[in-house]
Amino acid sequence: MNVVFYLLAAITLAGGLAAVLLKHLVHCALATTVAFAGLALLFLQLDAQFAGFAQILVYIGAVAILIVFTILLTRGSELPKGGVFSRTWFVGLVIAAGVFAVLAWAVLESVRGIPQQTAVPAVTVHDIGNALVGRYVLPLEIVGLLLTAATIGAVIVAMHEKERRQ
Amino acid sequence: MTSMGMTTPLAGYLLVAALLFAIGLAGALVRRNAILVLIGIELMLNAANLNLIAFWRFGPHPEALTGMMFALFSIAVAAAEAAVGLGLVIAIHRQTNTTELDKIDRMKG
Amino acid sequence: MQESAAFTPQLAASTITGILWLIPAAPMIASGLIALLKQPRRKLAASLAIGSLSISLLLSFVAFCHVVAGWARGSVVREFVNFTWFRYGSSTVDLGWVLDPLAAIMLVMVCFVGLLIFIYSVGYMAHDENFTRFFCFMSLFAGAMLGVVVSNSLLLLFMCWEIVGLTSYLLIGFWYQKPSAAAAAKKAFVTTRVGDIFFLLGIVWLFSQTGTLLFYNHGVGSLEPLALAVLLTQHAGLGLSAAGAIGLLIFAGAVGKSGQLPLHVWLPDAMEGPTPVSALIHAATMVAAGVFLVARVYPLMAAGVPTLANGGLNGTTTALTVVTWVGASTAVFAALIAIAQNDIKRILAYSTISQLGYMMAGLGLGGVAVGIFHLITHAFFKALLFLGAGSVIHGCHEEQNIRRMGGLRSDMPLTFVTYAIGMLALCGFPIFFSGFWSKDGILEAAQHWDISKGPFYLLVFGALLTAFYMTRQVCYVFFGHWRGHETAHESPRVMTVPLAILAFFAIALGVIGTPAWPWFHAFLENRAVKFDLHGFAEPGLLALMLTSSLIVFLGLGLGWWLYDNKSPEPEAPDALEKSAPLLWAPLRDRLYVDEIYGVTVIAFYAWWARVADWFDRRIWGGIVAAITWLFGLWAQFNRFLDVHWVDGGFDKTCEELSSGGGLLSRVEGGRVQNYLRILAAAVVALAAILLWSSRP
Repeated sequence: MNVVFYLLAAITLAGGLAAVLLKHLVHCALATTVAFAGLALLFLQLDAQFAGFAQILVYIGAVAILIVFTILLTRGSELPKGGVFSRTWFVGLVIAAGVFAVLAWAVLESVRGIPQQTAVPAVTVHDIGNALVGRYVLPLEIVGLLLTAATIGAVIVAMHEKERRQ
Repeated sequence: MTSMGMTTPLAGYLLVAALLFAIGLAGALVRRNAILVLIGIELMLNAANLNLIAFWRFGPHPEALTGMMFALFSIAVAAAEAAVGLGLVIAIHRQTNTTELDKIDRMKG
Repeated sequence: MQESAAFTPQLAASTITGILWLIPAAPMIASGLIALLKQPRRKLAASLAIGSLSISLLLSFVAFCHVVAGWARGSVVREFVNFTWFRYGSSTVDLGWVLDPLAAIMLVMVCFVGLLIFIYSVGYMAHDENFTRFFCFMSLFAGAMLGVVVSNSLLLLFMCWEIVGLTSYLLIGFWYQKPSAAAAAKKAFVTTRVGDIFFLLGIVWLFSQTGTLLFYNHGVGSLEPLALAVLLTQHAGLGLSAAGAIGLLIFAGAVGKSGQLPLHVWLPDAMEGPTPVSALIHAATMVAAGVFLVARVYPLMAAGVPTLANGGLNGTTTALTVVTWVGASTAVFAALIAIAQNDIKRILAYSTISQLGYMMAGLGLGGVAVGIFHLITHAFFKALLFLGAGSVIHGCHEEQNIRRMGGLRSDMPLTFVTYAIGMLALCGFPIFFSGFWSKDGILEAAQHWDISKGPFYLLVFGALLTAFYMTRQVCYVFFGHWRGHETAHESPRVMTVPLAILAFFAIALGVIGTPAWPWFHAFLENRAVKFDLHGFAEPGLLALMLTSSLIVFLGLGLGWWLYDNKSPEPEAPDALEKSAPLLWAPLRDRLYVDEIYGVTVIAFYAWWARVADWFDRRIWGGIVAAITWLFGLWAQFNRFLDVHWVDGGFDKTCEELSSGGGLLSRVEGGRVQNYLRILAAAVVALAAILLWSSRP
C-alpha cells in the first residue's frame, strides 16, 4: 500500500512541479493534466471512487481542455522576452515555503490527536445520490445556479464585442 | 514521513496535500503568465480536495459523506471558476494583447 | 528836537480814516487785475495802474486836507482804526491803520511821485514787450508802499515791507534774461534780508515785552508812554534800554532797505532794472521806507532821552547816536565812490545812498521833521534826476556810459534844463532850490549836536563831494561835444512833461521848510507856525547858510575847473585820475566793499554750503543708504526664510506626503500577483500565530 501511495504522490507532485517550472505553456498544461490524473488515482486509493471519476471527468475532461484552449487563444505559444519567472520570484518562493512550513508544522503537531479510522467505508453511488438530493439539496441547487451563471458569464466575458472593434 | 506511514497514513496524505498546495501557490506567485496563475490556483484547489477526501476517509463517520460532498462541490465550483477566469484572461488578452500579469496593472493606485 | 505836546486823543475816527485802507488797496487790486490780463492789452494795464493810483492820490489829498484842517484848528489829528486779525487762546493779534501828519505827507508824496513815474513809464516802456507785467509789478509795489506808510501795526508794516522787497526783486530782475539783472535782483533780496532778520528780532522782542504791536491804541500802543515806560525799565546791555535796543534792531532793517553803510551793496547793482523802477523804488520811495520806518518808531528810539537836567547831552539816546553816525559815514562813503563812476545811473545810485545817509543823520540829529523834510525834497529831485537820466539814455539809444555822451545841452534842451534844476537842488544850491533848505536843516542840527562835531564835518565834506560829482556828471553828459555813435534826440512829451512837473516841485517845496516859515516842521510836530522873517535871526543860522553856500560853490567850481567843456575821449583817463591816480583807483573800484564781502561772507557761505552738501550727501545720504541696505538685507533674510523654511517646509511636507502616498500606493500596484503574495504571507503569519498560541 505505501509504495502505491508514494508512487502516486510522486506522480502528482512531479506533475505539479512540472506545471509550474516548465517554460512552454502547453507543456505546463499537460503537466497539470498529469497532476490531475495522479490526484484522481489518489482519490481512488482512498476509496472515494465517485470523487476520483468526477475529478477525471471535470478536471481532466473540462478544465485542462479549457486551459489549453485559452493558451491557444492567447497566443501562449510565444515565449515572453523577460523570462517566464517574475523578477521577484524569490519572494514568492519564500512565501510558498512559509505556507508549506506552517501547514507541515500544523500537521505534524496535531497528528497524534486526530482519531483515525482504518475501516473501508461502505459507500455506494446510490448513497451519494440520496445525499445529494436529500441532505445536500440546497447546495446542489445553488451550485446549479452557480454553474449557469458561470457559463453565461464566461461566454459574455470572452465574447467578441463587435461594436467596439474598429 | 516513512515512520508515520504504518499506523496512520493520514499524515502522509496531508503532507502531500500541503506540498501540492505550496507548489501551486509558488506557481501562482512566481510565474508571469496569467494562465499559469490559474493553473496554480487549480492545483491549490486540488490539494484542498485531497485534504478533504483524506479526512473523510480516515475521520469519524465517513458514512455521513460530508467530506465527499464537500470535495464534489469544490470540484464543481473550481470548474466554474476556471471557466470564468479563463474567459477573463481571453478578454484581457483581446484588450491589451498580453497575458503577462506585470503588464496588466490598470488597477494601480 | 523832539515832538512837543501830546496829540489830542482821538474820539472817533473820521470818515476818511475809515476808508484810508482804500489807498493801499486800490493799486493792489489793480495789480491783481493786471496779472490776469494778457500781454497785448497794454492800454488797459496802463489805465488800470494809473487810474488806481490816481484814486489813491485823490484819497491821500483828502486825508491830507483833513489833517491840515485839524492842525490849523490847533488839534492835530492822529486817527486810527484797529481790528483783530486772529485770536489765539486769550490773546489777539491786531492790525490797523493810522492817519497822522507823517502818514498824510508820505501818502501824498508817494502817490504823486508814483503817478508821475507811471505816466513817464508809459512812454519809456513803450518798446518793451513785457509792458503789462511791468505795470502789474509797479502797481503792487505802490500798494505795498502805501501800506507801509499807512500801517498802525508793526506786523502789518513788516508784511507790507516784505511785499515791497519782493516787488523790488521782481522789478530789478525785470529783464531776467540778462544774467546781471537776475544776479542784481538776488543780491538786493538777500542783502535786505540780512537787515530784515534783525527787524524781525526787534518785532518779536517788542511783542514779548509790551504784548502789542500796534503803534497807537488808545494809550496802550507800543509807541505810547505806557509801553515805553515798561521798555525803559529793562536794560539790554551796552548802555541801552530795551527801547533803544529794539529801536536799533528795527533800524537794522532800515539799514538794509535804505542802503546804509554795511548793507548798501545792492543799491548800485539795482540799477539793472528799468529807469522808472530806479526812479520810483530806488530813489523816491522804497529806499525812503527805511527812513520812514525810523521816523515811525522814533518814540521808541528817543525814549528816555536824558534831558539837560539829568546830566545828559542835548537830548539824545544811544540809539539815535548810532543812527547819526551810520548816516553820516554812509553819506561821505557813498559820495566818495560816486566821484569815480562812469555809468550815469550808478552815479545817481551812489548819490541816493549818500542822501539817505543825510536823512538818517537828520533823524538822529534833529528829529523826525528834519529827516522827513529832506526825504520829501529828495524824493522829488532824485526822481527828477532819474527820469532825466532815463530820458538821456532813451535819447542816446540805450547808452549809459557818460564818457560816451556829451553836448546834449543842445540836442535835448528840455531834459537839460530839468536835469540842471534837479542837480542844483541835490547839491543844495542856495535859496531857490528845496535841497538847500532841507540839507541846511540837517547841517544846523548837526552843528548843535553836543556829543560830537564829527557828523557835522562829515556832512559838510559830503556836501562838497556831492556838488563835485554832480558837476562832473553834468559836464560829461551835457557839455562839451558828442562822443557817441548816433545822434541823440529829445524824448517824447509823455516823458518830458513829468520832468517839468517834478522840476517845479524841486524848487517850490523849499518854500515850506525855510526857517522863516517852517510850516513842514510845525505840521509834523504839532506846533503853530507863522511867517516870520525873524526865523533867520537865529544865532549861527545865517553863518551856516553862508558856509554851506560857499561849500556848494567850491564844489561846483572844482568840478567845472576839472571838467567843463573838455570832453575827453572815452578811453582817456579822467581829469581827477590824472591828478590823483592813487585816489582814483579805489574810488572807481567802489572801495572794495563788494570784494570784501565776496572774500568773507560769501566765501564763508559757499564753504558752509559745501560742508552742508558733503554732510547731506555723505552722512545723511550714507545713513539713508545704510538703512536701505539694512532693509535690503532684512528683505533677503525674509526671502531666505520664506523660500527655504516656509515654502520649503511646506513643500517638503507635501513632498513627504506625496512620496508616502507614493510608497503606500505601491501596495496597490494593480499587480494581482503582489496582492496574492501579500495574502499568502498574511495567512502564514496568522496561521503561525494560531498554532503557536494553541500549543499544549
